[in-house]
Amino acid sequence: MWHQVFALIVKELLAVLKDRKSRMVLIGPPLIQLMVFGYAATFDLDHVPIAVYDEDQSAASRDLVARFVGSRAFREVASLRSGDEIDALIDSRTVAMVLSIDRRFTRDLLLHRPARVQVIADGRNSNTALLILGYANSIITDFSLAWMQSHGGQTPPTVLDMRARYNPSLSSQWFIVPGIVAVLTQVVTLLVIGLSVARERETGTFDQLLVTPMRPIDILLGKGLPGLLIGGVEATVIILAAILWFHVPLRGSLPALYLGLFLFVAAVTGIGLMISSLAVTQQQALLGAFLFMVPSITLSDFATPIANMPRLIQDLTQANPMRHFLAVVRGVFLEGATAHSLWPHYWPMALVAAASLFAAGWLFRRRVY
Amino acid sequence: MPPVPDAPPAILIDGVTRSFRAGGRTVTAVDGVGARAERGAVTGLIGPDGAGKTTLMRLCAGLLRAESGRIEVMGIDVGRDPAHAQARIGYMPQRFGLYEDLSVRENLDLYAELQGVPASERGARYDELLHMTGLGPFTGRLAGRLSGGMKQKLGLACTLVRAPELLFLDEPTVGVDPVSRRELWAIVGHLTRTANMTVLLSTSYLDEAERCGAVLLMHEGRIIGADDPASFTAGVAGHSFHVSADGIGKRRLHERLAGAPGVVDATIQGAYVRIVTETAAPPSAAILLPDTAAARITPVPPRFEDSFVTLLKARGGAAAAPFRPPAPGRASGDGAEEVIAVRNLTRVFGTFRAVDDVSFSVRKGEIFGLLGANGAGKSTTFRMLCGLLPPSGGTLQVAGYDLRHAAAAARGRLGYMAQKFSLYGDLSVMENLRFFSSAYRLRGALRRERIAWALEEFGLGPVSAATSRDLPLGYKQRLALACALMHQPDILFLDEPTSGVDPLARREFWHRINALAEAGVTVLVTTHFMEEAEYCDHLVIMAQGRILAAGDSESLKARLRTEGHPDPTMEDAFIALIEAAAPTRAA
Amino acid sequence: MSGSFGRLRGLLRKEFLQIARDPSALAVAFLLPAFLLLIFGYGVTLDAHDVPIALVVENPDAVTASVTGKFAQSPYFRTSSFATIAEAEKAMDAHAVTGIVWLREDFTRRMLSAGGAPVGVIVNGMDANSARIIEGYLQQTWANWMQARAAERGAPPPLPVAVQQTVRFNPAVSSRDYLIPGLIAMIMTLTGALLTALVIAREWERGTLEALMVTRATIGEILLAKLLPYFLLGMGGMTASVVMAVTLFGVPFRGSLAVLTGTSALFLLAALGMGLLISSLARNQFVAGQIAIITTYLPAFILSGFIFDIGSMPAAVRFMTHIVAARYFVAILQTLFLAGDVWAVILPNALALAVMAAIFLGVARLGARKRLD
Repeated sequence: MWHQVFALIVKELLAVLKDRKSRMVLIGPPLIQLMVFGYAATFDLDHVPIAVYDEDQSAASRDLVARFVGSRAFREVASLRSGDEIDALIDSRTVAMVLSIDRRFTRDLLLHRPARVQVIADGRNSNTALLILGYANSIITDFSLAWMQSHGGQTPPTVLDMRARYNPSLSSQWFIVPGIVAVLTQVVTLLVIGLSVARERETGTFDQLLVTPMRPIDILLGKGLPGLLIGGVEATVIILAAILWFHVPLRGSLPALYLGLFLFVAAVTGIGLMISSLAVTQQQALLGAFLFMVPSITLSDFATPIANMPRLIQDLTQANPMRHFLAVVRGVFLEGATAHSLWPHYWPMALVAAASLFAAGWLFRRRVY
Repeated sequence: MPPVPDAPPAILIDGVTRSFRAGGRTVTAVDGVGARAERGAVTGLIGPDGAGKTTLMRLCAGLLRAESGRIEVMGIDVGRDPAHAQARIGYMPQRFGLYEDLSVRENLDLYAELQGVPASERGARYDELLHMTGLGPFTGRLAGRLSGGMKQKLGLACTLVRAPELLFLDEPTVGVDPVSRRELWAIVGHLTRTANMTVLLSTSYLDEAERCGAVLLMHEGRIIGADDPASFTAGVAGHSFHVSADGIGKRRLHERLAGAPGVVDATIQGAYVRIVTETAAPPSAAILLPDTAAARITPVPPRFEDSFVTLLKARGGAAAAPFRPPAPGRASGDGAEEVIAVRNLTRVFGTFRAVDDVSFSVRKGEIFGLLGANGAGKSTTFRMLCGLLPPSGGTLQVAGYDLRHAAAAARGRLGYMAQKFSLYGDLSVMENLRFFSSAYRLRGALRRERIAWALEEFGLGPVSAATSRDLPLGYKQRLALACALMHQPDILFLDEPTSGVDPLARREFWHRINALAEAGVTVLVTTHFMEEAEYCDHLVIMAQGRILAAGDSESLKARLRTEGHPDPTMEDAFIALIEAAAPTRAA
Repeated sequence: MSGSFGRLRGLLRKEFLQIARDPSALAVAFLLPAFLLLIFGYGVTLDAHDVPIALVVENPDAVTASVTGKFAQSPYFRTSSFATIAEAEKAMDAHAVTGIVWLREDFTRRMLSAGGAPVGVIVNGMDANSARIIEGYLQQTWANWMQARAAERGAPPPLPVAVQQTVRFNPAVSSRDYLIPGLIAMIMTLTGALLTALVIAREWERGTLEALMVTRATIGEILLAKLLPYFLLGMGGMTASVVMAVTLFGVPFRGSLAVLTGTSALFLLAALGMGLLISSLARNQFVAGQIAIITTYLPAFILSGFIFDIGSMPAAVRFMTHIVAARYFVAILQTLFLAGDVWAVILPNALALAVMAAIFLGVARLGARKRLD
């Protein structure tokens, strides 16, 4: 029996590697996506254009402006002479923020009166606006503390000492790149597996397989194991790219990561085989995979946090294997998680894998035409 | 309108060449073709699949541009002014160009709008077309739900919404049962006679040539003959004979005659073997069958196929090599052993009874044919026998097992060759053989030996590294048969095994099947080709899910034999049976 | 001329009947957009609220009580108390809390010392974006507490600079108000490019286009008959999305409907042009579907400014975004919904859309022949 399964696996891999269409699915798009996702999918502020309206034009105000311009987050693209220009610059999206310094800024500082600074952000991208406000606040707080130190003022009674665990420099890439491992592994496995049975149905070879002495379990294994293999290789390549190219730290145990990967790819393979055995043509399989992929990525924590979703939807995401694998990858990469601590994410994936593989096996025999 | 004597021919093709790039190679589909088709006649473009018929037809319809040469349609240069030419032609592509999710009526409306038929004229025109095609009762049905024959007629009706001067039909009869084929030919004949329409029709069915006014015989991108069909057959008049001999089975007889000196072609025709000789003189029994006493040789009228085969053989077509059939794995017992038993088999889809109370049995070493029109239930029966579909009622046993529930080992005793020669197209010949041998649980030395056997016996050695998708159709068919025989099965299932392949490849195929049957392998075959029915020992003809008739081909033909019709063909017999069962269809 | 009208009418009727009868077209045109709208309307938000944070107070007294009280009152946080930092960190490892506020044993005493008392703040930085937003909330809450304490005692402000924050167009800083407008571009990409590419590839596959080509219909009529239904479908999808956005999700719409309609039409034409081009390159539904997803859907998601800010992308990627039609439309949509008819945004972006539409449709039209080769 293992001999037959092995022959089917060899055939399956040959078919994938020799077919130009499948090769295209495996190699080109994942690489492009890795690069585009890795660099474009970022929430970090990077030289966001701002304008400064400095009415005070003093040493103190210039020091404050210099702190903004000197940070990696901002770059100054306009220096305003009049407050009337602010609206036009923001409306036209020329700048994302305007820093406006009151003309009594230095005087108020020296008199220990609140020295007024206005930060005006464009709310059309509310996320960027929030980040801008956060950055601006911390730059201004730093300025305040430095001012008090150098001018012998009264120091504030308390100071914030902020640290970020797992990702001290708060790099988006550290968050997104491990996520790509999950996204691309799912995309590739789903497409390759999802299309395999549909392709055989289209060409009529599936009937031929069913007529051989192979049992449904043999066919299931022969179709599913290449999925595990391809998904595993694809994931390994991206994991290596994450470590070597994007320099994301790998802190946890590799066995814990690969146990998660195994369960995840098994679950995706099961879902792919289900789609495949329901679809009559490759086109239907492609659309089916797409219809599954869009919700599963949206509800996975990849770019849209699950923690912010309503309770009901959060519960729903428990059935999404991608959500759990994302927790595993990020846990192992950034938190140094171990297999023991990841147990709550392993068993839902195992459950989905078992259910979907079983259903796929059943559909193999039931589905006709 | 009588044909104008000085008018240019309907189609004039001069030195036309067209090639395509496929998988890194350049394939010349049409290679320096010159031909003409006269007005008011049916010109048949005849040749096997891959001969270049579709490309030539698309060139004529202005859908492809020729690399060299020139085509004139109704006196218009198609290459230069396709729109002008297209206004005067009707074109039905393969698969009929229908929108499957539109109803019959909606398809007609669409083409009426596209061809600019005024709404006021449509009513009368639709009535005429619907009457002619017999689609009247089905105007509300979606085209995708029509049977193959009805789709074909709807496709034709759509191209005829505005009567064109010149009608192109690309393989209109492929995959369509004999009754529908005959109906289509009746319509085409009617159009040329009453509407003075010119028709160019392509087909791979050689027997249809005899219905054409003129024939263009195409092979490997070239026209190898152009004449009226009578001239083709006249060229081989006196070359055809029926041979029978006592004390020798038809298959053994066929094998001996095929190798006999002076014989160009030998095919089994029911109880006889039909031969075509090199010379017009009646062959002597002593030369043909030296050690057989009682051989009877009767001259028979020539057929179109005789001349085609003679032409192909003259061009160096390979003669069938002697075939060493594999000994079936567990051959035992005598010829009376019942290998396949079907009792009261029924299959219901929803409320539709696709197979309705069917019973038959197949004995060991027999070639058993399952014939029927589209939708008659033969494919459903076939799939149930293979264990691909569970029956709704009744029992079936193959080699003593119900394959649906049998252990995997039971399936190891049968070989299966699916329609369209289902192979893994991306895999090489060798990889396909390796895979199927493993799937059939061969290993080690036995596996190597069987692969070597397949490469040797089927002449696949030289192409073992070629990607199977790029193989010519004949090779694909050989590879598919080789894969099905890797494990020396006792029973062989063949689903439409030779559709589209050229007549030489078909002969070679049946030569092998005959040898297998002689060696004790039981063969069950479904087919559209009525000539192939002649090879069968036993036939079942199905219609509307039931068995209409059973017996050997001679007894089925005998029912139709009359004074005025002394030698009915299998097709005549088939159509007569179908029409008798459903008299409404004949309208 | 009347013949041309009749042919167009016939082709259009066919196209509408096919859309209505094809489940996969209905799934892409209606099911997926409805899912996306609902999930983004009700589920997806980048705003943190009820963030679970741990309060570690090693030496509770009146001062620490006022600090913890401030955090407990904030709508952004859901607080829980821990006795030691080790326990709190354990809770963070278990993902039970996302942030920790840590008041050490000597907190109250050191408030009077020179350097001030440090408030330890630890956030889970894994999701960098959420972490930054949470940091901002924590910082703001802390500043509020200091301000209130100073005011209570009549002391001068603890920090010399007073920041006045203004968020234009979206004072509540709701991510829904910025995501939903961009989502409309995604939905129109689905019908405009993906669906169009698929249905034309299907006509190639089934040989129906071959039959159409030999009729009197001109190539212009055949193309127009493909564009018009999917144009209407896309505009219908846009209208439905806008109505849902405004009525169901309460996203403000401050621009004019005329500008919305005009720019949507331009974007849709560009998307349809892409769809046409893809289907003429790949006459196979499977390949066409894949190309459409990779060249239109994914870029519309990642490179359009729909979720990720284009301004923060590296220069090379930013440059690439200029060939993504959705980028221009997302900018227009966000402005129309939240700001109004700001011509400085609308005109250049609409011009870019018009140029792209002209190029794609032009190339598609020029490449289209009534021939198979």
